Formats: sequence, structure tokens, C-alpha cells
Amino acid sequence: MINENRKNKPSELSAQEVYIQNHRKKHHLVTCWRIMIFLGFLTLWELSAGLGWIDSFFFSSPSRVISCFIDMALDGSLFLHTGITLWETIFSFLLVFVISIAAATLLWASSKLSDILEPYLVILNSLPKSALAPLFIVWLGTGTTTIIVAGISVAVFGSIISFYTGFKQVDPEKITLIYTLGGHKKEVFTKVILPGSIPIMLSTTKVNIGLALVGVIIGEFLAARRGLGYLIIYGSQVFQLNLVITSITILCIIAFGFYKGIQVLEHQMKVRMKM
Amino acid sequence: MPNNLIELNNISYAYHNLHSETPALQDLSFGVKEGEFVAIVGPSGCGKSTLLSLIAGLLKPEAGTITINNPDGSLHYPKVGLMLQRDHLFEWRTVYKNVILGLEINHLLTPHHLDYVHRLLQDYDLEQFKDKRPSELSGGMKQRAALIRTLALEPELLLLDEPFSALDYQTRLMVSADICRLIRKSGKTVILITHDLSEAISLSDRVLVLSKRPARVKEEVPIRLTLPDASPLAARHAPEFQGYFSYIWEVLTNDQ
Repeated sequence: MINENRKNKPSELSAQEVYIQNHRKKHHLVTCWRIMIFLGFLTLWELSAGLGWIDSFFFSSPSRVISCFIDMALDGSLFLHTGITLWETIFSFLLVFVISIAAATLLWASSKLSDILEPYLVILNSLPKSALAPLFIVWLGTGTTTIIVAGISVAVFGSIISFYTGFKQVDPEKITLIYTLGGHKKEVFTKVILPGSIPIMLSTTKVNIGLALVGVIIGEFLAARRGLGYLIIYGSQVFQLNLVITSITILCIIAFGFYKGIQVLEHQMKVRMKM
Repeated sequence: MPNNLIELNNISYAYHNLHSETPALQDLSFGVKEGEFVAIVGPSGCGKSTLLSLIAGLLKPEAGTITINNPDGSLHYPKVGLMLQRDHLFEWRTVYKNVILGLEINHLLTPHHLDYVHRLLQDYDLEQFKDKRPSELSGGMKQRAALIRTLALEPELLLLDEPFSALDYQTRLMVSADICRLIRKSGKTVILITHDLSEAISLSDRVLVLSKRPARVKEEVPIRLTLPDASPLAARHAPEFQGYFSYIWEVLTNDQ
């Protein structure tokens, strides 16, 4: 259609083309501004450090961060610490996912159980989980287990509540439908509740991966000899702020990577389910 | 005269909450013969849907009994197919996967049943849409798909809970005519709930008029139109149609 229009009226654009062009223009503008803000921030930072407006010993500078990054990459410590934090985060995240689905399923299956446990869940969810980290160290020692438990503790209660809420929001008539077709509670769960909750599960997952990262970093602050959280604490204690800021930069990249990863997954699910 | 396939005797049912009890049905009795098409009309909120849920076995009556008289003398509860107001096709399944949902649940994905579904899809002109998503179908097509989903389990008693009310008027006339032709052809026993008197008169053999809540049967009106084989659309032009309409309207609205 559009091609034919072009042939007929080469000079004029169809309304659809104008619409697409405007959309693209807006999109480009947004991307441009994003990049400009980033570059502007880096330039300002580098200049202020170079001109002595800020003390680069405390505030570091982009060039120092880059050279720190290269040094760490050369001696391999970059990959060691990043790898450990990544691994711990993904492991906590997966456990959170499994535990939440299992717990939400139980809560959904028994309204008595959910009534009984509701206040406990609400309290555990609103409790600042960093307050628990010292306890985990006493109970589990300093090491990977403590860090993964810390990662789980931050995300798991909110995640259970979101999943359970998602399960409860499914249209009750759809549930009736399964019963009219001769199904039972099990079929209600597998045919309606679970597939119907996929959008909520995906959006919860997006939040969870970030929370797992938060928990893992808290754990590493207190109970690790390796990982980005450890590097940040160590760097601040020995006044190597380059190390601290480099680690934070890597954390930014990780967080962005996770977000993009889930977004791609979400997109693929939507395409597959044509939603 | 065949016996009643299903008989409701003095059925009562109420909804409860902590503050009050809301009686939905009280002392309600009627029977439906095999192969009969019965329409139930009543004021809105009178407990029509509750009635179907009771017949479908989704709810248990608080008082009264539901008796089954199978033609072969057996005591099994007839296989009931309930079609709800909205189609409730699942967007995460294709049309085909939706219509075989009941078979899937009952572990009946046998060649015999799949063959039957295939024939229904052809009869209902949905064959070429079976790999589409429900959102790609028109309202009428969705309702037909929902009917196939119900029929796939080969129910002996078909319960229709205002199955056309979600459609716009024009589609509704076409789809109700269409679906009723198909149901008639299958010779199934049908109980249709509707608030549309024309629909009730044009489609059914007998119209039951319910009172307002708590519902009981106010009147049974057998329908005899002089266009016996005509479509439900043509039935609206039968000479008796207007008379039935006025009469049922009268019964429905008096003493309210």
C-alpha cells in the first residue's frame, strides 16, 4: 500500500508515513538527550577533577575509573569479583522465583493458610532486610550461603505477595468455566491461574532481580572476601575511591543488563503468546 | 410423552454473609423433557444464574431435590454443558486449543472426540480460524467457539446462561439464530436463560417465567408457533408471536 502511494505521489507523504516519521523523530530526540546527558555528566566530572574544583582523591574521575577498570581487567580481579556477584545474584533470584511460586501456590490452594499467614507476610515484607544480615552471619557464618540467603530475604516476601495477588486477580468466571468443563482445583491452577498470571510474574521478576542484587551486595558488605560489595567496602576503608566508583559503575552495568535481559524475555513471551 | 429428563422439586437456595441471608430461590419446581428446549425468563437479579449453577452441579441446593430420569433407566447425572454469558476464551491459547480445553481436562483427547471437534469447527465455519488467537475473531465467532468448547464433551443437557447478551443486537440476532439451528439439529435438551422475551419465544418450546427474588416459577407458557421449521428470525413474524410476547410481558410485570 505504502509503496504504491509512493509511486503515485512521489513528493507527498501519506498520513501513515508522516505518523511514522514523527514517531521516529521523537524516538531519536529521546536517544540523543540520553546520550548527551551521559556525556555531559562525564565531561563535567572529568573537567572539575582536572581543574581542581573537586578533589579527585575523594571523587575520582572518569579517566581514573577507566584506568582502574583496565588494571582490574588485566590482573583478572574484575572478572573474579563481577563473576561472583553475578553468580550469587542469579542464584538468589532463581531461588526467589521457585520459592515464591511454591509459596503463592500453597496460599492460593488454602484460603485458611493465607488468612493465617497474611499478617506475618506483611510484617516480613516491610521489615528492612539489611537488619537481618548480621543475624544470618551469626547463624550461617561468613560465606556464600549467607550472601545468597541475604539476596533471597530482600526479594522473597514481596515476590510471594505479588504472585499470590496475581493468582487471586484471575477472573472468577474463568475459574467457574473450568469447573463447568468438569475440572477440579488442580486444572483451575494449571489451565487458568498459572498461564493467566504470566504478565504479573514477569513484572514481578523485573523487580526481583534488582532486589536480589541489593540483597547480595548487603551480604557482601558484611560477610565476603570477594565480590563487588566486598570491593566497595574494602575500597572505602583503604580510601581507594577509584575502586569504589569502578565497582559501582560495574553494578550499574549489571543492573542494566538484567533489566534488558528480562525485557527481552518478556518481549519473547508476548510474541510467543501473541499478547 | 417422554418423561422429564431432569426434575427440580421444591428447590431453595440462599446466599449468606455475616450480616444477612439473601434468598435467591424458594420452593422452585419444574421439569424438562428430553430433547426439549426450555427458555427461562425473569426480572433481572432474580436468581436465574443461580438456578443454572444448581442444575450444573456447581452449587448444592439447601433444600429440595434434583431428580434425574435417564431414558435408559440408569441413575447417572446427565453430562451437563454450561455456556456462560461471556465466551472466556483464553488469549494464551489458539482457538483450537481453546475448544479442546474440556477434552484436555477430562483426558479425552481421543480420535473420536477430536474428530467430533473437527466436524463442529467445519460446521461452524471456524476451520480456517483454528490457529488464530481469540482476539482475532469477531464476537459471533468467539461465541461459536465457546459453544464448540461446550459441545466437545457431548453433554446430554445444555445450559445456556444468556449466551448472546454480550453481543451487539445485529450480531446477536444472527448468532442466536445460527446457534439455535445447530443445537436443534443435534436434538439436545436445552435450558436457556435470557432476559430477551423475543429470543425466548422464538427459540424455545416452553417459556418459564420466574418471579422476582426469591424466585419461583410463576407461569409456564408452552410455545406453539405456526412456522414449525422456520428459523428463529422468521419465528418473530409468526402470527402468535405478538400474543405470546404480550402475555409473558404481562405475567412478568404484574404484582411487582
